[in-house]
Amino acid sequence: MSDVLIRAKGLSVGFPIGGGLFNKQILKAVDNVSLDIEKGSFFGLVGESGSGKTTLGRALLKAAPITAGGAHYSDGEVDYDLEKITKDQLRDYRKRAQLIFQDPYAALSPRMTVRDIIAEPLEVMKLTKNRQETDARVREIAAKCRLNLEHLRRFPHAFSGGQRQRISIARALVSAPKFIVADESVAALDVSIQADVLNLLKQIQSDMGLTFLFISHDLSVVAHTCDHVAVMYLGRLVETAPTRKLFTAPRHPYTKALFSAIPSLDPDDRGSAQKLTGEIPSPTNQPSGCKFHTRCPFVLDHCKQVEPKLETDGTGHDVACHRWKELMAPQAA
Amino acid sequence: MTTTPDPMKPNLAQTTGPHVQVVETDASVERRSKEAYFTASQGQLIWARFKKQRAAMIAASVLLFLVLSGIFAPFLSPYNPTIAGKNDEYTNGAPQIPMFCDTNGCSLRPFVHAVERERSMATNFRWVTTINEDERHYIYFFVEGWEYKLFGFIPMDTHLFGAPDGFVHVFGTDDAGKDIFSRTFHAIWTSLQVGTIGVLIAFVLALVIGGISGYYGGWIDSVLQMITDAVRTVPAIPLFMAVAAFMPPELSAEERFFYISLILGLIGWPTLARRVRTHLLTERNQEYVLAAQLCGASSGHVIRRHLLPSFTSYIIVDLVISFPYMVLSETALSFIGLGLKDPVNSLGVMLQNVTSADVLLNYQWYFIPVIFFIALVMAFVFVGDGLRDAADPYSDNNK
Amino acid sequence: MTALIDVQNLTLKFRTDEGLITAVDNVSFSLNKGEVMGLVGESGSGKSVTAKALMHLNAKNAVYTPESKITLHTDKGPVDVLSLRTPRELNIVRGGAVSMIFQEPMASFAPAITIGKQMVEQLQLHGDYSNEKAKRWSIEMLDRVGISDAAKRFDQYAFELSGGMRQRAMIAMALSTQPKLLIADEPTTALDVTIQAQVIDLMKDLVAEFHMGIVFITHDLGVVAQTADKVNVMYLGRMIEEGPVREVIRNPKHPYTQGLLAALPKLDDLDSPLTPVPGDIPSPLERPTGCVFHTRCSKVVGDVCKAVEPAERRIDATHKVSCHIYDEVPA
Repeated sequence: MSDVLIRAKGLSVGFPIGGGLFNKQILKAVDNVSLDIEKGSFFGLVGESGSGKTTLGRALLKAAPITAGGAHYSDGEVDYDLEKITKDQLRDYRKRAQLIFQDPYAALSPRMTVRDIIAEPLEVMKLTKNRQETDARVREIAAKCRLNLEHLRRFPHAFSGGQRQRISIARALVSAPKFIVADESVAALDVSIQADVLNLLKQIQSDMGLTFLFISHDLSVVAHTCDHVAVMYLGRLVETAPTRKLFTAPRHPYTKALFSAIPSLDPDDRGSAQKLTGEIPSPTNQPSGCKFHTRCPFVLDHCKQVEPKLETDGTGHDVACHRWKELMAPQAA
Repeated sequence: MTTTPDPMKPNLAQTTGPHVQVVETDASVERRSKEAYFTASQGQLIWARFKKQRAAMIAASVLLFLVLSGIFAPFLSPYNPTIAGKNDEYTNGAPQIPMFCDTNGCSLRPFVHAVERERSMATNFRWVTTINEDERHYIYFFVEGWEYKLFGFIPMDTHLFGAPDGFVHVFGTDDAGKDIFSRTFHAIWTSLQVGTIGVLIAFVLALVIGGISGYYGGWIDSVLQMITDAVRTVPAIPLFMAVAAFMPPELSAEERFFYISLILGLIGWPTLARRVRTHLLTERNQEYVLAAQLCGASSGHVIRRHLLPSFTSYIIVDLVISFPYMVLSETALSFIGLGLKDPVNSLGVMLQNVTSADVLLNYQWYFIPVIFFIALVMAFVFVGDGLRDAADPYSDNNK
Repeated sequence: MTALIDVQNLTLKFRTDEGLITAVDNVSFSLNKGEVMGLVGESGSGKSVTAKALMHLNAKNAVYTPESKITLHTDKGPVDVLSLRTPRELNIVRGGAVSMIFQEPMASFAPAITIGKQMVEQLQLHGDYSNEKAKRWSIEMLDRVGISDAAKRFDQYAFELSGGMRQRAMIAMALSTQPKLLIADEPTTALDVTIQAQVIDLMKDLVAEFHMGIVFITHDLGVVAQTADKVNVMYLGRMIEEGPVREVIRNPKHPYTQGLLAALPKLDDLDSPLTPVPGDIPSPLERPTGCVFHTRCSKVVGDVCKAVEPAERRIDATHKVSCHIYDEVPA
């Protein structure tokens, strides 16, 4: 299949934590995740903190150690197996896959001018031959990200959050990547600016034909930007579907709970929704069976023992729950 | 005339350089001052904040004056500060203050009175100094005197001032007849040199050890931190004494000087190393470092472009702050007689000279170098504090 | 309804290296007992600074104008908060009649002292409690905010609790002195949505039970809609709109409030485009003249917006807005 840009198969990421030399524990941040990201799509990854969504994003950029399974990148020109990627290939992959950070304050070096920040990838990867060419490229990208060109001489401390995030975006785009991981890229922004940055990302995606992995904890933002959404819980994929399907008919109890937890804008609609109790368990001490059983209102004994598989029904709407069919039934009737 | 630039319409003309006609209005002046702030690098911002601190600025000018006077010590000194420049005619002589007027009238050229000393039956065989108010020794500027090498290589014999007809000892003389004024400035220079060499040795060690520790982390870090802690626990004074005991007495003054600097550096590095390590650890985990790594930057690039610039300002502050401790240690060592010794001129040696009741009772001008010593250490401390506050604006109540 | 706190003409500037920076500009509001006020604004709007002023808690470089006046009505009569100086006087408001909860719960717990010990200390500082009584009351409060096994948590340290539990413990500590006024500074922003929903529910229950006034600071209009009785919207230190929550959310008047609501992604209509408020929030060094919002406003009416600061107009009995496009409706 040529239209899949990133294909992860049974991808797991673990970090050794604590302990001495002999009793090392492994923290499973991402556990056996398989997903396809289609070329030119805006793929959303949703979950609470501790769900492993950031780690999954970094693993796809080869910035976190893959402990099991693997991921394939193929954009028609090149074909990389991220697990066995060579040094030269990795250097090339860095041009093709980039990351936009969450915190626009921490991601920009305070000691470099905006021009130097945007130009750094070009210089590091030796993509341009001389300074003129670099400058021309920086200006082109800066204009695309609606940065004022006379501000290129300034240092980051001169800019507000929204402007800084646009600088981050410009920097990620300057090497003309094919794949971009946007990790909570609007979470730190004010509401009035957030929409602006989202629109910019959408526009860049359609102009440059990019593929985005958009990581967010905010379902409403994901709903408006992404065309495919995957929901993660404790390192596992619990549901993945095209945005429309997921939002009109969520199947997993966790996805439903996420929806009902969004505070309604209607002051007269208070506390009607069903609330989830408890908190996400620690990844070092994971529950047996279905990871969600400790908080699930529909839990059965079976759920506590057997881990549900991600079920595919052919429509692209996959869910990992033992009871989703019976839970959906009364709604359909 | 718009006062705020429109971000949607980039004005290309302004980016090309200074060849733009700017109409000077209040708004444009204000805008340029803001632009200056926005385009200011971290170094410029630190300097701007430093300039606002009065105590630090005063200390900085005092420090500058002392350092310059140390560099130009041979030029400022009318006499050779070593035994070669002693004045047998005027041992333990009181300071001579240049004056313009006396009972015989005034002159435009400053002068000192001639001094006569006598030892005879009449004085009970002790030296008695009498000032001859009728004889003036005029002070001339840029006079020729003892030969020296400015900056160590320019041979010169011109001095700022001198009294060609007689002698002038502004700060008096010591028991050998050496000019205390000349000795003081040479001593400042020696102490600064010892401090600089000590700080440099400590700094290089700190950068290497702290750098390896912070950059690689893991067990290397643990081992190096253990060593650092071990060195930190060694008490300074007994160590000094032990080392001094090892130092052969036949060492020349220069060798002694070098060893003292070496000891100071070897003892001073752990504190600095710890700070280098901490800076590295915090900076290494910044997102912008990860951003650089994600665009394929090598370790060398990350260290050069991100890590080093991020803590140069802090390191400079640390160096300035650790400097007075070096000077103090040298002084302390020399003071207890384990460091430099007469005839080398260092502040410690000068301080050692004041430790007798005789000096306290009769020759109080021996204390003049002490004032310079205090000024030097205070200046360093204040400049260091000022720099630290300027480099880290969030340390106080600004936010 | 009796007034709990009265803020009049509060103007607050910070002395910084770059000059005096206006953080709050001539803000007035009042809050009654048992009322929840949502204080909405983006970064730099001065909402947190305003709230801290209620406890006289701002940094040393803060400068209040002489016209600024904050009156807190306690059981022992009105207190002029800004005139309090000594720690003993300030104790009346800090942790006594007024409590505060923060976005980051770790900030309000000392890392090396158990949660219980801190709660007991705080109680004894503000009231006449024996050790035994203070402990009993603290455990009761922990239990009340939904912390399971409260007696055990009492002896734990803050870092041993999960994020949501920590937030609950902080709320328990803030409420244990039975304050008249609770200031909640973005208490749910750092939490996951599912935990946020739990905390919002908890706060609603507590208001009903303790009947105190709450100033709820947030940038999330959804949270405001769920919790507040009335809403004050701030932008660059100015109070630009205030009114009952239903009025402000359903019928916003100020172009900024309208813009904020339009910028929110809505779940019930996925096709609606996202409409940002144009432009960037000006840096505090470049505070606009006239109406502070005119640089981003889509409804600027001629030069008056650039030159004249709009006065507060009354739209109806309870709804006020500071914008030139409206005329005052006589009361």
